[in-house]
Amino acid sequence: MKDLWGHGLPGFWSAWVIVITLGTIVFCAWILFGNRRTDKSPDAHGEVETTGHSADGIDEYDNPLPRWWFLLFIATLVFALGYLALYPGLGNYRGLLGWTQETQWQAEMQRAHETYAPIFARYQQVPIPELAGDAEAMRVAERLYLNNCAVCHGSDARGGYGFPDLSDGDWLYGGSPEAITRSIAQGRSGVMPAWQQLGEDNLRNIANYVVGLSGGEHDTARAAQGKALFAATCVACHGSDAKGNTALGAPDLTDDTWLYRRPGQATLDAVLETLRQGRNGTMPAQAAYIGENKVHLVAAYIYGLSH
Amino acid sequence: MNTALEHPTYNYRVVRQFAIMTVVWGSVGMGLGVFIAAQLAWPALNLDLPWTSFGRLRPLHTNLVIFAFAGSALFATSYYVVQRTCQARLFSDGLAAFTFWGWQAVIVLALISLPMGYNTSKEYAELEWPIDVLIAVVWVAYGVVFLGTIKRRQTSHIYVANWFYAAFIITMGVLHVVNSAEIPVSLTQSYSAYAGAIDAMAQWWYGHNAVGFLLTAGFLGMMYYFVPKQAGRPIYSYRLSIVHFWALITTYMWAGAHHLHYTALPDWAQSLGMVMSIILLAPSWGGMINGMMTLSGAWHKLRTDPTLRFLVVALSFYGMSTFEGPMMAIKTVNALSHYTDWTIGHVHSGALGWVAMITFGALYHLFPRLYGQREMYSVKLIAVHFWLATIGTVLYITAMWVNGILQGLMQRAVNDDGTLMYTFVETLEASHAGYVVRWAGGGFFLAGMLLLAYNVAMTVRRGETLRPSSAQTA
Repeated sequence: MKDLWGHGLPGFWSAWVIVITLGTIVFCAWILFGNRRTDKSPDAHGEVETTGHSADGIDEYDNPLPRWWFLLFIATLVFALGYLALYPGLGNYRGLLGWTQETQWQAEMQRAHETYAPIFARYQQVPIPELAGDAEAMRVAERLYLNNCAVCHGSDARGGYGFPDLSDGDWLYGGSPEAITRSIAQGRSGVMPAWQQLGEDNLRNIANYVVGLSGGEHDTARAAQGKALFAATCVACHGSDAKGNTALGAPDLTDDTWLYRRPGQATLDAVLETLRQGRNGTMPAQAAYIGENKVHLVAAYIYGLSH
Repeated sequence: MNTALEHPTYNYRVVRQFAIMTVVWGSVGMGLGVFIAAQLAWPALNLDLPWTSFGRLRPLHTNLVIFAFAGSALFATSYYVVQRTCQARLFSDGLAAFTFWGWQAVIVLALISLPMGYNTSKEYAELEWPIDVLIAVVWVAYGVVFLGTIKRRQTSHIYVANWFYAAFIITMGVLHVVNSAEIPVSLTQSYSAYAGAIDAMAQWWYGHNAVGFLLTAGFLGMMYYFVPKQAGRPIYSYRLSIVHFWALITTYMWAGAHHLHYTALPDWAQSLGMVMSIILLAPSWGGMINGMMTLSGAWHKLRTDPTLRFLVVALSFYGMSTFEGPMMAIKTVNALSHYTDWTIGHVHSGALGWVAMITFGALYHLFPRLYGQREMYSVKLIAVHFWLATIGTVLYITAMWVNGILQGLMQRAVNDDGTLMYTFVETLEASHAGYVVRWAGGGFFLAGMLLLAYNVAMTVRRGETLRPSSAQTA
């Protein structure tokens, strides 16, 4: 019998829950049975005399409780007692079935794991470039992508403001199978510091230089002044050729691909905003969430988008 | 207000004021509902402005229809019914006037603060703490007026309608104060006094009892007066009203936990919420049986009296949604229905089919009597309103049933490899047709509401022009 009792609630509160629960059910039964019979019997037309009180001209009959309704009420009370015997409900009493929502969840997860894990374990054996060419595997991968990745990167993987395009062959952290797998499994954190301490004028000069690197519309005089500032401030991450650094996730500034440019926004304004306020891009780690095997499959899908 | 219409014994002035505002707020609240239904079908209608976005207008819609429309209807009818069935004037005309102006102030503040984005994040209790305080003060005054009137009654017996009204008033006061307990940090912001799962439990204890006591018990009070009155028949069973009243108010208190199935709420609390919801079926149906059986012997009146038709159809929808509720509270059903449009459909089968329909019936009974008329300006328009309201309700709830079951099944469908068969966006795409139908249903219902407003305006105007001589002496 010891198994039937848990320790979730302090003893007093457990007893309190049991008493008021059963008390409510007993009260319902009492008021139901207590009013079952009427001493006013129906006349030849099946009508009973009224109670005698009249409110604003409204009289009240004293008909007996409809039998089907009475039985329905009893049935729900019996169901309640039966359910509370089988399932947790009466304070710390666990119920005869020993059911909890945690054990139900664990059982369902266990069943899913046993059924589906072999499928993904098989794909895990195939190298990513080869897996990307497996049409059936990619159908599975696409479902995973749509349910886990599309909310940020879009159903077409073209990304959006602050979310990288995964289909264009341009990679912040590298496009090798290993780099993609790492990005998905462990996540990434791309930080561009804010530079407002350099002063607005200097930031404008740098921005014009940066925009000019990819042939965008810019002020050449300012760009010339910005070049030296760029060499002093930005090259540590973006490199002296401004081609970026995939080890840090520092973007290539020469390819006219802009992660943080809103639709319709001028490139110069977008770069200025980045310089003033900095950026903090986060790709959440997925390995603990969907498992290594599924990460492998999704990595193949992403790889296949641009290969 | 025309003083020539003043009743010698009773205070009809406050009843008239609340009855008129029921019509006004009903039109505004339902109009807003139709607009946000259109936003769900055509998102561009959010207009890219914060104060016209769905997230801010949705709580305004619910506050307007629950507290402004249904609330004013309960104030109006409870003040009318308690005076007539107790044969006593309201306990205090001054306090009654305070409840009217105080309640309107609450609604106007909601109308301003919710679109501005001030929101406590508690569903059906979104208003910020200064408004919560005002609500509590008005509510205490309401209790004093209502219970004070019962105390000074000229009859020995307290009529059943007043039990339900009293239970609604007392319980809503307790629910509001406990759930809205919050710690203010500024005039426009506060934090709940509870945390985590306890906060969620307090919220749904309140939330479900707002349905149980405001939208069910209060309107059963309305039903117990206007159905026998309009049908001209005695109440079917006094003892049935005793049993279902006590069982209803006892078990409703427990049911809120069914909103938190499969969450961080402990298993035992979830089970009790489910079990009590199932016990609630018979007590809920007791009211429907008593209303329906009261009509036996008066069925022929349905052919000629569209007001009575409203009352009967309201009872039918009441019976349907109080069956649906316990069913949805069962864990396995809830696992499908929760987080889908089925919930919204269920709420509206109660809100449109029961609450609004019984209110329409009560208003069509009330207005001629409040303005010294034999009947409404146009009985034919009542019949047209009846069909608009019925078609609107049926379209609305069937669209949400289809959408809800569709979403529930799509969300749980898995492929052979265990991956989800559909994405969230696909469930939305599949729901679009249902959203359009729901919007159309809401449009029908709103059209009927506006017909009611027109009919009421004409009845009131006729009531005032018919008595020019007495009006001049006033």
